[in-house]
Amino acid sequence: MAEIVSLAEAVASAVHDGDMVAMEGFTHLIPFAAGHEVIRQRRRDLTLVRMTPDVIYDQLIGAGCVRKLIFSWGGNPGVGSLHRFRDAVEHDWPQPLEIEEHSHAGMANRYVAGASGLPFAVLRGYSGTGLADQTSTIKPVTCPFTGESLMAVAALNPDVAIIHAQQADRHGNVQLWGLAGVQKEAVLASKRAIVTVEEIVDELRPRPQAVILPSWTVSYVAHVPGGAHPSYAAGYTERDNDYYVAWDPIARDRDSFQGWLDENIFGTVTHQ
Amino acid sequence: MSSERSTYTSDEMMTVAAARALTDGASCFVGIGLPSAAANLARATHAPSLVLIYESGAIGAKPDRLPLSIGDGILAETADAVISVPEIFNYWLQPGRIDVGFLGAAQIDKFGNINTTIVGGDYDHPKVRLPGAGGAPEIAASSREVIVIVRQSKRTFVERVEFVTSVGYGDGPGSRERLGLRGKGPQKIITDLGILTPDPRTCEFTMTALFEGVTRDNVIERTGWDIQVAAEPELIGPPTAAELTALRKFDANK
Repeated sequence: MAEIVSLAEAVASAVHDGDMVAMEGFTHLIPFAAGHEVIRQRRRDLTLVRMTPDVIYDQLIGAGCVRKLIFSWGGNPGVGSLHRFRDAVEHDWPQPLEIEEHSHAGMANRYVAGASGLPFAVLRGYSGTGLADQTSTIKPVTCPFTGESLMAVAALNPDVAIIHAQQADRHGNVQLWGLAGVQKEAVLASKRAIVTVEEIVDELRPRPQAVILPSWTVSYVAHVPGGAHPSYAAGYTERDNDYYVAWDPIARDRDSFQGWLDENIFGTVTHQ
Repeated sequence: MSSERSTYTSDEMMTVAAARALTDGASCFVGIGLPSAAANLARATHAPSLVLIYESGAIGAKPDRLPLSIGDGILAETADAVISVPEIFNYWLQPGRIDVGFLGAAQIDKFGNINTTIVGGDYDHPKVRLPGAGGAPEIAASSREVIVIVRQSKRTFVERVEFVTSVGYGDGPGSRERLGLRGKGPQKIITDLGILTPDPRTCEFTMTALFEGVTRDNVIERTGWDIQVAAEPELIGPPTAAELTALRKFDANK
């Protein structure tokens, strides 16, 4: 059964130094407020997993929370580079960043394998690319039925999944809808899960095509309206495209990033 | 007429040429940026039944403005179906249901291989760390055909890419078959100078069509390999008034 707690309590209980943490949400429903709380609580040596690191991981990387990144596309969508990510890979600032790099198809299948309780997933992918040479988590495998050569990718089983959803009820059952990304797989693949929600409702009315995560698959639910900003929650908030554009010059420079961190994360007690 | 000619940019010409390459009714897997602009222009002009598929899980998206990101709300709100990310790659792209994969590139070589991973230095400490693969490797492998849209320059058009993120024709003839890639590979590279197509014998990309006002020397100056230009390249007509109006309406709605 999920406990309904504050975001600060959820992060304090579920996210520990050295953990492997997956904050998922494919452009939509990115759990920014929870990411900021992880920075605020000064977690260290995290292995962060996410298909699209996005601005949320740029912030965590720049803040020095991250030892290793497992990902498939590290850009600022529609804007350009993630400068804190690049500074870490190119110049080891604020510390060296180990990377484990995949394609989207590979990452999605790694979560599926993790959620399925399997050690690996199989796909047609990576053949002829340079990616398989850079990680031990991609290996060729022969189909036992046809003899065909395919690729296997190692399962992902993070310590914690963190996602944002539209609704939970008072028992901690969660419902999310719209672009649903890999959140269901990330939660089911992980040992613990935190879900921040726009709204806590008395009765969860199932919507067509929504993803439902029963209370017993979630560790903590926190009520954090607007907790996806500058990402969005369909039906509740709009994507703040201007924030993504404005992030570029802030992140480009170490000092301006540090100023942003002091003012917006360490200078605040909760998500605002 | 002449006043109108002077009023379009080379980027607009490139987007229009890419839109024209899309057939009505095709299913098209689109990346954000230039591919998305071109695919939406095609849908607004000659290809109203073009099926736009975004890797965020929107199938048959019909946005009336260009999304900034691959997962903008407008894509899900206007889609025929909204599905999860594992499903889009496993059920839709992998089995060969996609007619056209539409990709951008940071670096592309004479065999149409794409690099979006690193430039300079080595993998662990690159000079420039690019965003990485995203959906591109499997789009390039499994779409029935691939169209690449990218601005042409010596820096971008190189003899061999430093890192193969997505495979075009690999090392040349026979590579795709040896690698087990099921799609036909890149059929066109559309640039701000014209269109390159692969030589059927060597798999090397050659400039076979030029935009108005572009010379053979322009092409050679802006290509990092010893590029062949067709003896009589096709001349691509300028954007029509209807194409420009539709394209600019998207820009105005940003």
